[in-house]
Amino acid sequence: MPRTTLPLPILIAGLITGLPGASFAVEPKPLDFNTDIRPILSENCFYCHGPDANKRKSKLRLDIREEALKKKAFVPGDIHASELVKRLYSKDSEEVMPPPDSHRSVTEAQRAILKRWIAEGAIYKPHWTFIAPVRSPLPANGEKNPVDAFVVEKLAKAGLTLSPEAPKATLLRRLSLDLTGLPPSPEETAAFIADTSPVAYEKQIDRLMASPHYGERMALPWLDASRYADSNGFQQDGDTFQWLWRDWLVKNLNEDKPFDQLSTEMLAGDLLPNATPEQKIATAFNRNHILNGEGGNIAEEQRYVSLFDRVESTTTTWLGLTVACAQCHDHKYDPITQKDYYQWMDAFNHVKERGTPSGGPTQTGGRSRFRLDTTVVEAPSAEQAAELMKLQANFDTKNKAFFTLQNTAFANWLAKPNKDKGMLPKEIEALLVPDKKRTAAETKKHRAHFDKVVFIEERKKIPGVMTIDKAKAALDGYRGDVLPRVMVMSDDMPRDTNILDRGAYLSKKEKVTFDAPGFLPPLPKDAPKNRLGLAQWLFSPEHPLAARVQVNRQWQQLFGKGIVRTSEDLGVQSDRPTHQELLDWLAVEFRESGWKLKALQKLILTSKTYRQSSHITPEQLQKDPENKLLSHAPRLRLPSMVLRDVALASSGLLNGKIGGVPVYPYLPENPWESLAITKERDFTYPTSQGTDLYRRSLYTFWRRTIAPVNMFDSSARQTCRVRTATTSSPLHALTMLNDPTWVEAARVLAQSVTKEQTTDEARLARAFARVLGREPSGKEPALLAKLLANQRAVYAADAKAADALLVIGESKRDPKLPVAEHAALTATCLALYNLDAAVTRD
Amino acid sequence: MDFELSPSEWRTRLTRRSFLSAGVQGIGAVALGSLLARDAKAAANPIGGLPGLPHFAPKAKRMICLWQGGGPSHVDLFDHKPLLEKMAGQEIPASVRGDTRLSSMSSGYAKYNCVGAIKPFKKWGSSGIEMSEMLPFTGAIADELCIVRSMNTEAVNHAPGVTFFMTGSQIPGRPSMGAWLSYGLGTMNEDLPSYVVMTSSDTAKTCGQLFFEHYWSNGFLPGKHQGVRFRGVGDPVPFVGNPAGVSRDARRTMLDDMQALNREHLGQVGDPEIDTRISQYEMAFRMQASVPDLLDFKNEPKSVLEMYGPDVLNPGTFANNCLIARRLAERGVRFTQLMHSGWDQHNNLTTGQLAQQCLDTDQASAALVKDLKQRGLLDDTLVVWGGEFGRTPFGQNQQGQGFKGRDHFGRAYSWWLAGGGVKPGYVHGATDEFGWNITKDRVHIHDMQATLMHLFGINHEGLLFRYQGRQFRLTDVEGHVVKGILKQA
Repeated sequence: MPRTTLPLPILIAGLITGLPGASFAVEPKPLDFNTDIRPILSENCFYCHGPDANKRKSKLRLDIREEALKKKAFVPGDIHASELVKRLYSKDSEEVMPPPDSHRSVTEAQRAILKRWIAEGAIYKPHWTFIAPVRSPLPANGEKNPVDAFVVEKLAKAGLTLSPEAPKATLLRRLSLDLTGLPPSPEETAAFIADTSPVAYEKQIDRLMASPHYGERMALPWLDASRYADSNGFQQDGDTFQWLWRDWLVKNLNEDKPFDQLSTEMLAGDLLPNATPEQKIATAFNRNHILNGEGGNIAEEQRYVSLFDRVESTTTTWLGLTVACAQCHDHKYDPITQKDYYQWMDAFNHVKERGTPSGGPTQTGGRSRFRLDTTVVEAPSAEQAAELMKLQANFDTKNKAFFTLQNTAFANWLAKPNKDKGMLPKEIEALLVPDKKRTAAETKKHRAHFDKVVFIEERKKIPGVMTIDKAKAALDGYRGDVLPRVMVMSDDMPRDTNILDRGAYLSKKEKVTFDAPGFLPPLPKDAPKNRLGLAQWLFSPEHPLAARVQVNRQWQQLFGKGIVRTSEDLGVQSDRPTHQELLDWLAVEFRESGWKLKALQKLILTSKTYRQSSHITPEQLQKDPENKLLSHAPRLRLPSMVLRDVALASSGLLNGKIGGVPVYPYLPENPWESLAITKERDFTYPTSQGTDLYRRSLYTFWRRTIAPVNMFDSSARQTCRVRTATTSSPLHALTMLNDPTWVEAARVLAQSVTKEQTTDEARLARAFARVLGREPSGKEPALLAKLLANQRAVYAADAKAADALLVIGESKRDPKLPVAEHAALTATCLALYNLDAAVTRD
Repeated sequence: MDFELSPSEWRTRLTRRSFLSAGVQGIGAVALGSLLARDAKAAANPIGGLPGLPHFAPKAKRMICLWQGGGPSHVDLFDHKPLLEKMAGQEIPASVRGDTRLSSMSSGYAKYNCVGAIKPFKKWGSSGIEMSEMLPFTGAIADELCIVRSMNTEAVNHAPGVTFFMTGSQIPGRPSMGAWLSYGLGTMNEDLPSYVVMTSSDTAKTCGQLFFEHYWSNGFLPGKHQGVRFRGVGDPVPFVGNPAGVSRDARRTMLDDMQALNREHLGQVGDPEIDTRISQYEMAFRMQASVPDLLDFKNEPKSVLEMYGPDVLNPGTFANNCLIARRLAERGVRFTQLMHSGWDQHNNLTTGQLAQQCLDTDQASAALVKDLKQRGLLDDTLVVWGGEFGRTPFGQNQQGQGFKGRDHFGRAYSWWLAGGGVKPGYVHGATDEFGWNITKDRVHIHDMQATLMHLFGINHEGLLFRYQGRQFRLTDVEGHVVKGILKQA
């Protein structure tokens, strides 16, 4: 590269180091270790010269300044004496760093930056998210809302401004979808437009936050984080009752339980003083994981799979760190040691559980569709509790009479024990000496043997025994197949936790107990060394991560992307934040104001930044193509679960019932056929009837082995996910064009607007408003009219096709509507659901 | 609104945009016959994918994985051990068995008695490769095959074993190989899914080896890289058919009017993503033609149909899926994953199940290889045949009941590969005379993955995805390319 075309940093470096041929007039801002240096070192050097002692080459580590200086990797202020510089520029393939076979490379610009940093004194700083956040002073730019103050500051530097506020209709749709996942009705939009009071917008926020559907929308990312499903996964894929946790979640989000309490209950609800059943149910967060029930598997091995999963899920969710590497070795990038990892795991290692699900002790046979592991909380409804009592009483009455008979039989057997001699276990036979004085323990052993072995045959001879068996089967069946019971955490099982060599569960090394990772603040002094202590530690004021991680994810939910894009990782390898001062300011605010999620959201929602138009100008596209600076509101493709809800709500089909057992809405014929080859259980899809077909998406039964096919781009619920990608595939389009869910919604919407309005124009406008939340404008009315006219021509000429289209879906059609007209408008409404403006949140 | 858009995807978008503005109306009228020609062109210029990939000239452009679920018995089919016959009923020495981890079904056995192959072996072709007489069709193409007799896995059970080969980890959650290839290399035919999965169960429906979605998961890669499973009932691809009462013409008309509204919106909003939406719906419309065309066998000559065997026209059978796999390969689909169950022969290996499995899979597997070859596709299409492990050289259920089957065995087992740059008529690796330990050229699962990626022109250590602050790859932190099986190393 000829020197005259060197980029600026090199020119600067050239001057500092006294190389000829460069000059500049601007005093550059000193380089920042976190912004400029660490990303280069971390990506290219730390794998071999970082925190992991086992993989460390030449005993050199570059993540700690003193260590690097000791080995003379660099000499502050003197690039010529710095080994690092020599290695970066070496032509010798044995010497050059990073080595060619590492598939890593440092660009010329990066090398120049490193040189300049050394020239400036090679100053280190701890990774920014490992230091507790502080509030920076708000930029004095006249913006009242802190969100705007920070955003506008950055925009101004790039020569950009916020966009004007979005039209009111757009704003209400945005707000409704973000807060409840449901579209506004035309009436709600009209009321908002008519409301000219200065607090009109805030009133809408309050109204939507008070809706019971708020908790449903807020629950969606939590379901992904806790890898929630309604079945275990793997062979048999037994169903579970974990939906009780889902209901707990929705309820508590609706009540705005402060985030620290919400989290404490999820992590350690069972350990709270006088824990309520609800607080125990909250801990199912850590029991929602995949469970392997394959024949031949090794239960203890599987239990460790669950433990690893709990470590992964809790650290990703609350620390925004990934620690899985430390399962086998010290972390390559973050200062997490293998010991830190297993100390953390100890908190989750005391559940009374096997590691693999089974039919459970109360169930009859292994054929139940439910399969659970142990430590459960039973949560019967009032009706179920009553039914259970009834069944229990029925059994008890019948059994009581029988029990007397059984006692007599036992006495008789004891009296003449010799008749079974020779067929008895040695231990029992030894005790069968009629004149021997037996201890109580010996009698107990006898009785156990008698009940289990001898009496099995004897009892068949007793009259009435069939009715007792039936009562028992009814009771067990109810307990097994109906009575809801959710797998939860407990600390009932004392177990040692050891560091595992390379993560292999049989290779136990040093014993450890729970403690906080060494590079983060220590546990509060009086905190217990268990999950409750973990929660107390997380929400202590000096904790650098808990608030930041959650605020970042709230931001991601409202803007599509986090302030740190890699919301699952705020560690050393994370993306640089787009607005670090804003994130830190909000994190402090969130903690200091009592961890209130609704308050945090309201602060963001009332900002100009959130309220601005999503229209994009060529200037914005050119200056900030990724909209990192937020010069306009992001346009977001709605999650598929929300898209389905929008179709149901806008057509009027939605059954807004909150919570309860999962439902089985339309899926393509026999959706579980690839599992149905097993003889171990029935995998017929039990399609719901009536209004259960139209419940919100989060109530759809989620089979872990085969997710509902129309919920595209969702997390597969195999492992914890806090960020899901939105993609564009023709299969998504086919779903929304052809799935009976959308076709039926279109038919019902068409029928509804036909009855409400009398002209084509009014009907089209109404349908448009119900789906898109606004009136058609510009050329849209004409284009809609053309759409309808063309479909009218199709169905006027083909009555059979119209008939066929209109019978899709279980809901009844009003037979008085003319068939061809109804079909034409149905096809039109189906098109509306598929418009970019409909699938996108503007 | 793609999560991460690579430069080549941007390029694609731009081209597509100009293509669309040339006339959306025209696309629907493209004759089906010309689809194939267009696909051939796309094969030369894949759409999507990462810049810099492939890393070097690939030998394979597509792969068809003929997954044999349950674990076929290597000692009965591919790895002849006369000593097991000679020592039948006698114990396999403890010195041979070592500390091998066995499933909890046989780990407690007092004795591990030798059981020889249930049917004789035979030398096949001019290469003289030994295989069971139970595989006459496979035997007949022995000179095309590369047999690997030194496969090795740590998994002791099915789902972890399958997950291990498909995703590089025994625990579900990582992207599968097909997803990695779709992500790294893009698609050669946008009108069909780039990663197709088909499943079939054995005739007797003997076992519970089920097909879980995580076997074709996109893991942490963007959702569009997930495998698309062709279903045996209803629409082969979910929702590919129009609803009743919507004809293709009516749909075309509706899409045209819909796209006009989208373009109007684009004018108002100025978001280039709306262009992506428009093309997404056009691709969907084309896929609605491509899928039925794919599955329409009416132009297949009788001789070809007969080659695949009597099941070929029965949807959902292995033979039927094999023929579809060939048609997918012709259309440029990158990765086709057939999954067949029924090899988990704990207690029915001798009672007809092994023989039945061979009958169900032998002819069609061989036909696929021959068919690809006669069309000139074998050179750059990789065919891989194998399961999650092999089966124990000792018998299961021998206590009291006599020998009826064998347990899971991952320490050593056999696969075969064909085409796509592997050595034909060649045997790689060997086991000891009990078929227990590998004595030569171990091929661990990660090594096999590294090798398959290599054949696609990919350095397995260089196809990475940054997730949770770490660079993930299919082969985790291991894997070496098995140079020995490459036609040209």
